[in-house]
Amino acid sequence: MNNERNTVSADTYDAAAETTAAEAPSRRNKQKKLKMRGVKRTAFSMPYLALSILFVVVPLLIMLYYAFTNLEGGFTFDNFAHFFSRPNIMKVMGRSFLIALITTVACFLLAYPLALCLASSTLNRKAILVMLFVLPMWINSLLRTYAVKIVLYMVEVTNAWTAVTIGMVYDFFPFMLLPLYTVLSGMDKNLVEASHDLGASPLKTLFKVKLPLSLPGIVSGVLMVFMPTVSTFAISDILGDSTTYLFGNIIDQWFASSGGWHIGSAYSFILLVLIAVTVVIANKLTKGKTDVGVGGVL
Amino acid sequence: MNSVPVKKSDNIIEIKNVSKVFDGITVVDDVNLAVKRGEFVTLLGPSGCGKTTLLRMIAGFELPTKGSIILEKQDVTTVPPHLRPINTVFQKYALFPHLNVFKNIAFGLKLKKIPTGETDKKGKPIFRKYTKDEIAEKVERVLKLVNLEAYGHRDVTGLSGGQQQRVAIARAIVCEPKVLLLDEPLGALDLKMRKEMQSELAAMHKNIGITFIFVTHDQEEALTMSDKIVVMTDGAVQQYGTPKAIYDEPANAFVADFIGESNILSGEMPRDFRVRFLGAEFECMDKGFEAGERVDLVVRPEDVILDRKAGKLRGEVVSCVFKGTYYETEVLSCDYQFTVQNNTEFAVGEAVFLSIAPDGIHIMKKLKTINEFDAVVTGENTVEFCGGEFEFVNAQGFEKGDNVRVKIPFDKVELTDDEADGAVGANITQAFYKGSYYQVQVYTDDDNEFFIDTVDEWDMGDRVGISIKPEDIEVLRRAVTPSDEVAATTDAEEPKEAAPDAKPQEEVGSE
Repeated sequence: MNNERNTVSADTYDAAAETTAAEAPSRRNKQKKLKMRGVKRTAFSMPYLALSILFVVVPLLIMLYYAFTNLEGGFTFDNFAHFFSRPNIMKVMGRSFLIALITTVACFLLAYPLALCLASSTLNRKAILVMLFVLPMWINSLLRTYAVKIVLYMVEVTNAWTAVTIGMVYDFFPFMLLPLYTVLSGMDKNLVEASHDLGASPLKTLFKVKLPLSLPGIVSGVLMVFMPTVSTFAISDILGDSTTYLFGNIIDQWFASSGGWHIGSAYSFILLVLIAVTVVIANKLTKGKTDVGVGGVL
Repeated sequence: MNSVPVKKSDNIIEIKNVSKVFDGITVVDDVNLAVKRGEFVTLLGPSGCGKTTLLRMIAGFELPTKGSIILEKQDVTTVPPHLRPINTVFQKYALFPHLNVFKNIAFGLKLKKIPTGETDKKGKPIFRKYTKDEIAEKVERVLKLVNLEAYGHRDVTGLSGGQQQRVAIARAIVCEPKVLLLDEPLGALDLKMRKEMQSELAAMHKNIGITFIFVTHDQEEALTMSDKIVVMTDGAVQQYGTPKAIYDEPANAFVADFIGESNILSGEMPRDFRVRFLGAEFECMDKGFEAGERVDLVVRPEDVILDRKAGKLRGEVVSCVFKGTYYETEVLSCDYQFTVQNNTEFAVGEAVFLSIAPDGIHIMKKLKTINEFDAVVTGENTVEFCGGEFEFVNAQGFEKGDNVRVKIPFDKVELTDDEADGAVGANITQAFYKGSYYQVQVYTDDDNEFFIDTVDEWDMGDRVGISIKPEDIEVLRRAVTPSDEVAATTDAEEPKEAAPDAKPQEEVGSE
């Protein structure tokens, strides 16, 4: 490691020497050179470290502080007890997970065949097609959701849960499609041919070769859809009614009301832990298969 | 040849008039080939000659544009690959990274259906799958065959190139295919490993008796391993025969040049068993040529006899290099530089005499000597072909717009350094030295092929102009049938040589 650092700094030194040599070499430049020599590679990560401390670690700590304190600032578990003593809120939580699951599965079932087509076919202008499916991501998600609301109204989808699910699937579909498309189009075509060659029909090849090999893409797509859908509140707010109450909505309300930050933080923390558990499980599933292709997230 | 008893003319695979066109480019051009059961056949040629495409058509990954592929008397041209009893060893192995060695090999077995020997009520045979034990047994046996007994549980990604190659071979042969296709399987291995795998593959072929079709661009590999070699270039078969026949009696200058080192010269046959070149007359073993017919001939470096005192040709040693087991001597004689391999060391500048035994001279028919093109008369004395306008004489009887055929002998085409000096621009793609002149192949900008015999040396890739003297262009009236035939591919000898039948080609230079 030390060696490597030395060579890196030596390179920087050389580069600096070259650029300065081109200009009029002066004493000040020489001093600059010496400074460059002392810079370590890790120094370049400092700004990012500072940013993530400021915007990730500190907010998390603040959240933790609120979660474990009461209005007077004393330490307490009451905020968590609040959650675990209310079965109907736990039910909402379960419902949130269920709808996230349904959305994820629907996204996968829609996106996988499409990704297969886009990746394997001899389609001309494939890039344009992929672009068409990803294009909605360029539009603000709230605007998109309002647009979906109008469309659903026009086609007379009246069931609130159906509307929310459709909205979620529509909103998060590109996040499923992209990793699947990437992993499938990067797949070695020889492997598919080898499978055919060994006697596997196209369908068997799909299940025995393409699906297992695209697992990293599937996991990353699933996480990218599942994580935001579990905690969403905007879509259920806009598309649903009073019955489509999700865990995200509850957290939203606690934070909106004065003095509700403590309980809201506790709820957020519970959700965070549950999502973390999901991610760990997902990573376990793909362990050792990440060399297959791109798309392995986290 | 091997342990399987073979009937004569027991062809396992027949390829009939198969062509493949990709985006208007003919990659495989009317190939005919028959492979006998149990043979080790190698498709040999430079990269881009269509050998891999031909293999992929046999495997079923590509559909021929034209022609048919017959496997054991059944037309399989349109049968998808998973229904063909053919397995492939891929160039880059294509092992499944999500499966271990055992599961990779068992992949095909698990899918395979075998007849139970019984029949159902309608008389159709009943099929079953292999049991777990049967699969395990077969996999173990084939692992032993490729010397990887203890590797079943290993991850394929952790194996070395040679080991991956063995797994790929094991995976293919465990399915007991009728034909095993190998697409440059040794290309990714280092030299030592390649040599080892060559002999192992050859031994395996003998042991299991499966027909092998092997693709390579390495002529040495082809010569050491195969029962038969198919030499291909530009999508066409140049010669099909045993390694010995191909080495000793190359069908044309391309084959001679591609297989082994050789001295390729041009000469003429004054009568049977006599050939003249470099101003001297030699005895040879070939007959059946017209008196005075111009021929190509090849002399292998080890067949040239050098002597300090007497011989047919006088020459001077240009260089002499020790190559480990022999000396390679370059001798300049009558402006031709012979490459000679023998066990004597000569000093540079030394005067030597060369002679060649009759069986050391291999006569080949000259493929073509005339370029032929379809052309259109564009004016009083101009004709257009290959994207350029040329003047010609004797224009009487032709009218503007007439479709004609033009003939230009190889030695009447002139190449110019400056593209603008010629009527059309072209790129040099090949140049063979033929003893007293170079035969240069060029492609014009509209992809027509020109052959030029010239004394000048040209480099491959050079940009040149083509010009032809008006009196050297022979213009002939053409039948109305429109023909897309391009360039000099229709000359009399070539089709015979380019598409031989199943039997190895023997007519050239047969005793």
